Amino acid sequence: MSSQPTNPFAETEEERRGKLVENLVGISTLLMTWLLIIPVLAIIIFLVYKAWPALSIEFLLDNPEKKMTAGGIWGPLIGTFFLVLVSLIIAAPIGILAGVYLNEFARDNWLTRFINLAVVNLAGVPSIVHGLFGLGAFVYFLGMDRCLLAASCTVAVMTLPVIITSTKEALASVPMSFRVACWNMGATKWQTIRTIVLPNSISGILTGVILQVARAAGETAPILFTGAMISSRIADSGWEAMVPYGLDDRFMALSYHLYIISTQWQNVPESFKFGTAAVMIGLVIAVNSISIAFRIYLRSRKKW
Amino acid sequence: MPEASPATEKRFSLRRSVQKVVDFTEPAIVGLIHLCGWSAIIFVMAIFFFVFKESLPAITGIEEGDAVHAEVVKLDLVEFATSPKWIPESAKRPTFGILALMVGTLSVTVLSMLIAVPLGLGAAVYVSEFSKGKSREILKVLIELLAAIPSVVWGFIGLVILNPMIVEVTGEPVGLNILNAGIVLALMSVPIIVSVSEDALRAVPDSYREAGMALGANRWEMVYKVLFPAAKHGLLAAVLLGIGRGIGETMAVLMCTGHSVNMPTSIFDPVRTLTATIAAELGEAVRGDMHYHTLFLIGVVLFAFAFVINLTADLIVKGIKVQGNE
Repeated sequence: MSSQPTNPFAETEEERRGKLVENLVGISTLLMTWLLIIPVLAIIIFLVYKAWPALSIEFLLDNPEKKMTAGGIWGPLIGTFFLVLVSLIIAAPIGILAGVYLNEFARDNWLTRFINLAVVNLAGVPSIVHGLFGLGAFVYFLGMDRCLLAASCTVAVMTLPVIITSTKEALASVPMSFRVACWNMGATKWQTIRTIVLPNSISGILTGVILQVARAAGETAPILFTGAMISSRIADSGWEAMVPYGLDDRFMALSYHLYIISTQWQNVPESFKFGTAAVMIGLVIAVNSISIAFRIYLRSRKKW
Repeated sequence: MPEASPATEKRFSLRRSVQKVVDFTEPAIVGLIHLCGWSAIIFVMAIFFFVFKESLPAITGIEEGDAVHAEVVKLDLVEFATSPKWIPESAKRPTFGILALMVGTLSVTVLSMLIAVPLGLGAAVYVSEFSKGKSREILKVLIELLAAIPSVVWGFIGLVILNPMIVEVTGEPVGLNILNAGIVLALMSVPIIVSVSEDALRAVPDSYREAGMALGANRWEMVYKVLFPAAKHGLLAAVLLGIGRGIGETMAVLMCTGHSVNMPTSIFDPVRTLTATIAAELGEAVRGDMHYHTLFLIGVVLFAFAFVINLTADLIVKGIKVQGNE
């Protein structure tokens, strides 16, 4: 009789080492992930903490006064709102129709490949080059001068590629059988798109559009030379305060405001700078939450 | 059988005429969709055209001086590419050399990639291979949040938070330098690296993973020896897109680099980048003079950089798809 029956399923030395390595890698990649996220969360908390003395409803609703040393950020806030609104009015229809074209009409040929390449490249053009383009094309060539419309057009061109891509993806998730059924009822291509494809992908499209709102609101470089200005006299109350800028007016914007008060202007209270930054981050988080909520809603509602 | 009353007749023809209008709108809308579909090409070409058009006089020559002593001034392209001196507003002899600016852009981008690529790949591996369920969703949302923070806020963070921290830790007099901008840029470009490389890892078929497991590989061996080689094109594209983001970033580097024209010798030197130069100086340049047109020429250089990088990344990604079909 042999001394000890060996267990054939016992862990060998090598397997044990393998498991150790596996756990180690799992933990270290987890640490790397958190190393990216924790500092940013800490920074956001720090920003809000520093901004706390300034944050109030008045800070949001008052206009900047006395060279930005008093008042609030209403002018820049409403300026950013109008910038985003006008740029979306321009970019959303073009982008969505372009997405429809790429998913519903385009065949797999060189033209489509060329368009996809152009979309990728448009997304990769540096934001300051968009600013140069806006200055050369809208401000000087089309003679708009520096104004809200020129800046919105510039931002619209910049946000276009992501709207196109997300629309394309949303449309691609609608099953082909929906379209085939609709065509069999005698509907034309556009009728199918209008009544079947678009309604079934609207949440996906909106998610992409909403994400672009956040991007458009935060961009500074494209509006530097196309219409943003440091301070403009706008009314403090009433209708004039709600719609202070016409399409041909120069305007204040949150991003530009933060850039100027943190680099160029002296004597601006620290809490104002932090307050502006915190409001921007708050807006971005709010917009992103809406988009995430949309995505969850979309997933829960999916019937196919 | 009663004949159709005039009323129904009328309704019938009304519907017909409505249908006719519909028939007319259909091709109109389809045409509009086609036009919008081509808009991306139109805009890319328009961007190149207008930026190039505004920069052209610098190359072909501008008339300077008064009517009596008018002389045609041309930009010295060799000096433009090789001189480290950027002195645009000199009264005596303005010098337009972008070498120092290019080195500034490259140094900041390279440092940011040294930080962002390992962290981004690690995070992508964790999110795609080790985490599951809720925690994966939460991590993805948080990383998306990183991508959403506006660049001017990143610049502000570098200016008021990282700047004093770097002064304190390293003892340098000013904390606005390559290190500061590199860290900020790394945090900015991480989300795109994570999401693109996670996509690449996800695109590796599960049969590869199963085969690896069946051969007795543990998870790390599977990631390292199976997934990385299989997804290498996608990972490379992720890094390239991160580099593209770094080269094109404007506001954050404008606020964090210290903004002085300088050939850097260490990561604690302040530099200035191509993008920041345009952002800072175009507002003051007079339209039509050499400085103005040269700034547009820098824009052309940036456009070309971005174009080559995106084209390469796109070709690499396409390479995967072709491989996948085989």
